[in-house]
Amino acid sequence: MPELRPDENQRERIRPGGVRKTHNRFVTFGLFAIAAGMLGMAYAAVPLYRIFCQVTGYGGTTQRAAQAPDKPSEKMITVRFDANVSHDLDWRFVPVQRTVKIHIGEQKLVFYKAENNSDHPITGTATFNVTPAIAGKYFKKIQCFCFTEQTLDPHEKVDMSVSFFVDPGILTDPDSRGVKEITLSYTLFEKKNGRKTASDESKHNNGTL
Amino acid sequence: MGAQAHAEDHHHDHPTGIRRWLFSTNHKDIGTLYLIFAMVGGIVGGFLSMGMRAELAEPGMQIFSDPHYFNVFVTAHGLIMVFFMIMPSLFGGFGNWIVPLMIGAPDMAFPRLNNISFWLLPPALALLVLSLFVEGPPGLNGAGIGWTAYAPHSTSGHPGPAVDFAILSLHLAGASSILSSINFITTIFNMRAPGMTLHKMPLFVWSILVTAFLLLLSLPVLAGAITMLLTDRNFGTTFFDPAGGGDPVLYQHLFWFFGHPEVYVIIVPGFGLVSQVISTFSKKPVFGYLGMAYAMVAIGAVGFIVWAHHMYTAGLSLDTQAYFLAATMVIAVPTGIKIFSWIATMWGGSIRFTTPMLFSIGFIFLFTFGGVTGVVLANAGVDRVLHDTYYVVAHFHYTMSIGALFTLFAGWYYWFPKMTGYMYNEFLGKLHFWLMFIGVNVTFFPQHFSGLAGMPRRYADYPDAYAGWNLVSSIGAWISVLAMAVFFYNLVQSFLAKRVAGDNPWGEGATTMEWSLSSPPPFHCYEELPKVK
Repeated sequence: MPELRPDENQRERIRPGGVRKTHNRFVTFGLFAIAAGMLGMAYAAVPLYRIFCQVTGYGGTTQRAAQAPDKPSEKMITVRFDANVSHDLDWRFVPVQRTVKIHIGEQKLVFYKAENNSDHPITGTATFNVTPAIAGKYFKKIQCFCFTEQTLDPHEKVDMSVSFFVDPGILTDPDSRGVKEITLSYTLFEKKNGRKTASDESKHNNGTL
Repeated sequence: MGAQAHAEDHHHDHPTGIRRWLFSTNHKDIGTLYLIFAMVGGIVGGFLSMGMRAELAEPGMQIFSDPHYFNVFVTAHGLIMVFFMIMPSLFGGFGNWIVPLMIGAPDMAFPRLNNISFWLLPPALALLVLSLFVEGPPGLNGAGIGWTAYAPHSTSGHPGPAVDFAILSLHLAGASSILSSINFITTIFNMRAPGMTLHKMPLFVWSILVTAFLLLLSLPVLAGAITMLLTDRNFGTTFFDPAGGGDPVLYQHLFWFFGHPEVYVIIVPGFGLVSQVISTFSKKPVFGYLGMAYAMVAIGAVGFIVWAHHMYTAGLSLDTQAYFLAATMVIAVPTGIKIFSWIATMWGGSIRFTTPMLFSIGFIFLFTFGGVTGVVLANAGVDRVLHDTYYVVAHFHYTMSIGALFTLFAGWYYWFPKMTGYMYNEFLGKLHFWLMFIGVNVTFFPQHFSGLAGMPRRYADYPDAYAGWNLVSSIGAWISVLAMAVFFYNLVQSFLAKRVAGDNPWGEGATTMEWSLSSPPPFHCYEELPKVK
């Protein structure tokens, strides 16, 4: 610890309005800017988080592709289909087939059935992912009903299609080599008039992800 | 200060009555206000914890008509103890009182900003208490959302206005802390006495500096996150609502990006404080001063990149878990440096076991113990089992609750003679320590067992199998209440007895600058700036 004592001989004086005051203002301005910047970062986290998930397949976020590879692999993989409906959406929503067994790299078309049980038209929007989460970056959709919103008239029934393939890269990634089965899960919500949804966005950047 | 400053003194000489407190721009008065406010917060928060322990004393529903009210108590207890008890006392109270005295500054850099920082807190506490009495979930009062306020429970789960009250309360408390952080940083950077370089600053000042930066960087993120909650609840945005393209897990990331630095905000001022106390009562300079200062900086810095260890069960990828596991373990290194250096400071020292010293050693014991269970919980695999059990409750109470509380009492008894001019009753102080030490350990140690046996947090009831240790835990809580009664009795008794403490009651071990002033220090001190050799 340094030795501390009031010094009677060398009296330092704060000059009013002098160097220190300007310096105070400078430091304070910087600190307020840091606080404002962190607040901005919190909001910037919203789009950044979505982009991060889309690009890395984090949390089982599926990818998009224009077409399947020319030569599918010999290896087979099982894909299971799952459907959930938010409790405030009066729709029936089920996969037509529970599982398919396909070659890795092979393009496959499957269907979900949806029916509006209510007496008024409702627009639905789907969130989706795959498990295990590591398979997200290898699960590529070519066309999906989830890319757009679905509006169903009262008691209307539709078959909704998903066209996808599993990228052969899944066989070479040490983290995903052992995956024998992938589950694709959808949850349907009633569309809210909030911010742009994932499906809105995908209209603009169709096929780019 | 020069002649002009002296002339100024005459018109703001020494206000009295309500003007002195409501319009106060004096760092000592504002520090006192913070300490009194923290006592009020502590009494309210302590009452809530006794409600919880009364409910959990035996299986079945004892005192709550609905389990939701148990969660309301949990929520209010957590928020009050963090924002309206520990932070106003360690950071606001001692920070304001002692930091300017330690660095030889006549006051804080922005005395009026200091005033508004304090006076934002009473309305914040009032809003939080009001939230207990307005509707939360349909038909029930209060916000039962935990201090984390995770969406969607805090959005679609609580349609009533209780959560809005709690959110606005946090906005006010957050604004208060951001403003006082800016004030502290400016004061410490610009108003040190000549010769008081950064590397000569007492460790308590270092700890307040680190804490202020943690608050400045983390609180705006909380403000953003809870503002998103507020607009999701009331204005139709869907930041955390998948129906509109949002993601509730994003809220968890934002909250813990604030929440983890926040737990260091709670404990770091205590780190600095016990360094002063242990050095004083060992009659030795702190061992490894620079290492101690930069260990706090390192803990603060690493504290920003470990947040997702609170979210191991929220679907993180394996690699992400591995990273957060490793980063979390790294924090044990600077923390270990601090524990080692405190013990090395005592080693070979001329130790006096006064009340503040007992509380400091008690803190080292409790904090080391909580640190060990923290290293256990840092393991993602182990955390799968222990997540949201009473093991976690025991861990964080050992560190940020009773650990921080023991540093608070150490500081209270250490600076009580300086702040008031009176000596506290040493016997009652020691009685307070021993009752408190036994009480908190009897309360929280058995919670490790309940947690390992699988008892989950945030439930008002439990199967009979957990009855034994819960009863022990509740008995411990009553012992702590007794200890607090001794504390308040000692406080009153010390003011009545008026035992004059003298400028430096602790003798030659107390080397920091506040001990060179009278006790209590004059209303305006350091009008002639001291020179530090």
